[in-house]
Amino acid sequence: MSEITPDLVRHLGVLARIQLSDEEVERLTGQLDVIVDNIAKVSEVATPDVPATSHPIALQNVFRPDAVGDLLTPAQVLQNAPDAADGRFRVTAILGEEQ
Amino acid sequence: MAKDKLMDFDKALELFEPVLGFEVHVELNTETKMFSAAANPANSANHTAAPNTLVAPVDMGLPGSLPVVNETAVRSSISLGLALGCSIAPSSRFARKNYFYPDLGKNYQISQYDEPIAFEGHVEVELADGTLVPVPIERAHMEEDAGKLTHVGGSTGRIQGAEYSLVDYNRAGVPLVEIVTKPIYGTDHRAPEVAKAYVQTIRDIVIGLGISDARMERGNLRCDANVSLRPRVAPGEPAEPLGTRTETKNVNSMRSVERAVRYEIQRQAAILAAGGSITQETRHWHEDTGTTSPGRPKSDADDYRYFPEPDLLPVVPAPELIEQLRAALPEPPAARRRRLKAEWGFSDLEFQDVANGGLLVEVEATVAAGAAPAAARKWWTGELTRIANAQGREAAELATPADVAALQALVDAGTLTDKLARLVLEGVVAGEGSPQQVVDARGLAVVSDDSALIAAIDEALASQPDVMAKIRDGKVQAAGAVIGAVMKAMKGQADAARVRELILERAAQQ
Amino acid sequence: MTDLTKLSAAALADKLAAGEVSSVEATRAHLERIAAVDGEIHAFLHVSERALDIAAGIDSRRAGGEELGPLAGVPLAIKDVLVTTDMPSTSGSKILEGYMSPFDATVVARSRVAGLVPLGKTNMDEFAMGSSTEHSAYGPTRNPWDRDRIPGGSGGGSAAAVAAFEAPLALGSDTGGSIRQPAHVTGTVGVKPTYGGVSRYGAIALASSLDQVGPVTRTVLDSGLLHDIIGGHDPHDSTSLAEAWPSFAAAAREGATGEVLKGLKVGVIRELADSGFQTGVSESFRAALAAMEAHGAEIVEISAPHFEYGVAAYYLILPAEASSNLAKFDSVRFGMRVNVPGGTVEDVMAATRDAGFGDEVKRRIILGTYALSAGYYDAYYGSAQKVRTLIQRDFDEAFSQVDVIATPSAPTTAFRLGEKIDDPLQMYLNDVTTIPANLAGVPGISIPSGLAAEDGLPVGIQFLAPAREDVRLYRVGAALEALLVDSWGGPLLDRAPVLEPNGGAR
Ligand SMILES: [Mg+2]
Ligand SMILES: [Zn+2]
Repeated sequence: MSEITPDLVRHLGVLARIQLSDEEVERLTGQLDVIVDNIAKVSEVATPDVPATSHPIALQNVFRPDAVGDLLTPAQVLQNAPDAADGRFRVTAILGEEQ
Repeated sequence: MAKDKLMDFDKALELFEPVLGFEVHVELNTETKMFSAAANPANSANHTAAPNTLVAPVDMGLPGSLPVVNETAVRSSISLGLALGCSIAPSSRFARKNYFYPDLGKNYQISQYDEPIAFEGHVEVELADGTLVPVPIERAHMEEDAGKLTHVGGSTGRIQGAEYSLVDYNRAGVPLVEIVTKPIYGTDHRAPEVAKAYVQTIRDIVIGLGISDARMERGNLRCDANVSLRPRVAPGEPAEPLGTRTETKNVNSMRSVERAVRYEIQRQAAILAAGGSITQETRHWHEDTGTTSPGRPKSDADDYRYFPEPDLLPVVPAPELIEQLRAALPEPPAARRRRLKAEWGFSDLEFQDVANGGLLVEVEATVAAGAAPAAARKWWTGELTRIANAQGREAAELATPADVAALQALVDAGTLTDKLARLVLEGVVAGEGSPQQVVDARGLAVVSDDSALIAAIDEALASQPDVMAKIRDGKVQAAGAVIGAVMKAMKGQADAARVRELILERAAQQ
Repeated sequence: MTDLTKLSAAALADKLAAGEVSSVEATRAHLERIAAVDGEIHAFLHVSERALDIAAGIDSRRAGGEELGPLAGVPLAIKDVLVTTDMPSTSGSKILEGYMSPFDATVVARSRVAGLVPLGKTNMDEFAMGSSTEHSAYGPTRNPWDRDRIPGGSGGGSAAAVAAFEAPLALGSDTGGSIRQPAHVTGTVGVKPTYGGVSRYGAIALASSLDQVGPVTRTVLDSGLLHDIIGGHDPHDSTSLAEAWPSFAAAAREGATGEVLKGLKVGVIRELADSGFQTGVSESFRAALAAMEAHGAEIVEISAPHFEYGVAAYYLILPAEASSNLAKFDSVRFGMRVNVPGGTVEDVMAATRDAGFGDEVKRRIILGTYALSAGYYDAYYGSAQKVRTLIQRDFDEAFSQVDVIATPSAPTTAFRLGEKIDDPLQMYLNDVTTIPANLAGVPGISIPSGLAAEDGLPVGIQFLAPAREDVRLYRVGAALEALLVDSWGGPLLDRAPVLEPNGGAR
């Protein structure tokens, strides 16, 4: 059995900014428990001598010349804004802290 | 908010040893952003852009957008790493730092985590009296800046009590290098001074490299200061473990860095001495009150879930590139100071005046723009520093070296007297334009039209008829009274030496 | 007059080039077909209002003597995961309802330049998470072979559109099989190119290190023609490969002669032999191999001992990357916003993401958040990345012995709508054959191999080739296709039930 608990799922919901209902927490706890039990087997073969692959095709030093392009017009920037004012996106009050 | 209890600074240092650490964010002045081809607002060419006018799809996390690394930003970062005495990683990579915040278009910051571009270096920081303090550098890594939030409603634009916030993504994606020090020990009562000098040194380095505009008031250079205290032990006894640290965020002038470190030492000492404990937290610096206030406590919510950025590839700088950039490095700040002092012919005191004012770069640039070293020093450490102190700003923000050199050129040409030049400088600082523009607009030039001067002399002589006789009798100093009257009549816009000449000519004619 | 919707893209393109039909006629025929059958199939989320205008533009350029590309004037369906400037792009999610992109995906832009006529946006599992298109926020797509069954996923809309003759060509995206598995269950052709072979710019990211855009068609040649247009280096995508590619259409034409089968070494994976494939799937697979063998191919058993860890690694890597990629949907700059009276922006974000994401998306975001969180990273995400290395090594070893690898494209034929929706693990296991290619970055193709005897539903065979060797897939795929179509006396889709306008099948 994995260590998936309702509290953990609730905490993950906070990290992922998803307001999970109690019913969702309960359902996800059960489902994730089964899934995690199955996928945990990756550690069986992931021995220290095996390097990790983050990109399927290994490339390096892919750069862009430092030249201006690709700009959006202000209208394009705000085209899909749920709310905007003064040429900027408007959001309700922030009580958290900047990182 | 309750006022913090502070312990006397000297007393605090008797009881505790301060340990410092800094995270300095340097905004690079590349043409474009770190991961997009949008123009970079940290380049002075673009810094006045209207909100959301310097935005490419990836800067605001549009669906389907992808980042691509700016080659110049990588080179700048390598140069900075080398200037910090760091090793350059044979392979480094980007990682995603995941957290939600409205100024972060993708809700992750592309940064570097376990493989920074530069690591393990050190810089020499020179204090006012010439003492060199080595500061160990842990790492320097590349990342992107976030957008800008404006809090509206409530009081004074602070986040607390605001009704809503407005987001501008111009700054999102500006290339940053974050420089992280190792813990700095042994600074003792000079800790605040070391803090200021360290930031000054970083500023000198990035300006010397030409990779950042380094305007602190624009946020081009931002300092997070870590301070912790640990009890002193008798000589020979094992050192106490490190105390809990606080991180004072975004201290954005050199003066403030010095003050914030001093404040935290005094505040933490008072708490510890009273048997309390320090909360590990971020704190905010308040320029107006000269205090810090608690921000967000560190908690398990700080789970950034770093993982290698799958949209970007490793950066593997060729050894030849590293050597090429190393060869192109400007001289280190301490060596540079020694050289400049000799070139300018300043006394120890004169040079420290400039260096401690954080004005080496400005004086150097002013000299390069044509002013004599003494004149450049006089303007920056004199009038500009006086105005800066009065306005609570940095002298460097007030005028450009080109302005100062142009001002001195007007003095040297006799267009301005010293007194007029100070008035012109006020105009420049007030944003009225270049010195010549201020002269023209305010009509401040010295009156060089002799007929106007002669008319004023005639008027002055009319009320002091005996002066001419005195001069002819050899009492030349009697001219002084007339010169004074003429200068007053001309509202200072006359060259006193010329007035004197004209009076003596008149006396000779009669 | 011929039914223009029944033509392959290549055949239609020939008629267009010869001036026998106009693009407007071809486009109108497909729009009429959509109007007639899509109420039942629901392959499209949006049908373009501009298609006929664009077609008319192509016709007038052709009339003006302009040299046009080989597929100019041919209609194209576009998976809704690809952003488009003239149609909404939702990725099958409520959270992006009505979203208008200020830029076109590179593959869309290249298709426009080539003169293809975008018909509309096709349905998909929300954010491409699923194997059945049942996780679309806009309702499921139905399989044209049996409308009670799934069309595969996540690109069920593109596959069904092509299978139902609503479009001759479609674009798809394949993160763990989302092009190949729908091809398998709908009797069509789908190609997942080598990672980096086709630009991801403008593809709404699911898992960045796995996603790849590719063609969805009824013939191998049509896939090659479309791949030639959408492939190649794109400076907007850092993972895009810089090298030039040979013509995939030319490879398909060359393969159709069958010469390629002589002496071709085809690897069959020992460990997949007892993977619980449906009988009809296994039978069809073996029959296809036998046909190839009869024409000179050599079947070689190979071992891929780490493939059994593929599904587990995939369901760590995908949710982890997805949890980060989908963080941008936060109600601030675009998309849905759920207002929370008196709430902070954090509350608004959390409420929006709860309301805007479906169950499968939330499940994977939570799983991915877990896999990346401090203390679990090494055991889960880190280990999964190591499994990737091991699977790549398995491929390297295998391709040192064989030219291509063959597998059934999926374990079963199309299952019934609703059959697996409440059992995510069962749904995930459905991807066992397709996932290794995404983990290793190698290309794969699925072509129809026949019908399963027990249910009469289509079965696909998958070929895999080494990275950058996509041409092999087109040569081998076209060779087998030619043999099979010949043996069937016509394309497999000829045996699909005829869809009557507005419901009913004959
Ligand atoms: Mg930091
Ligand atoms: Zn940083």
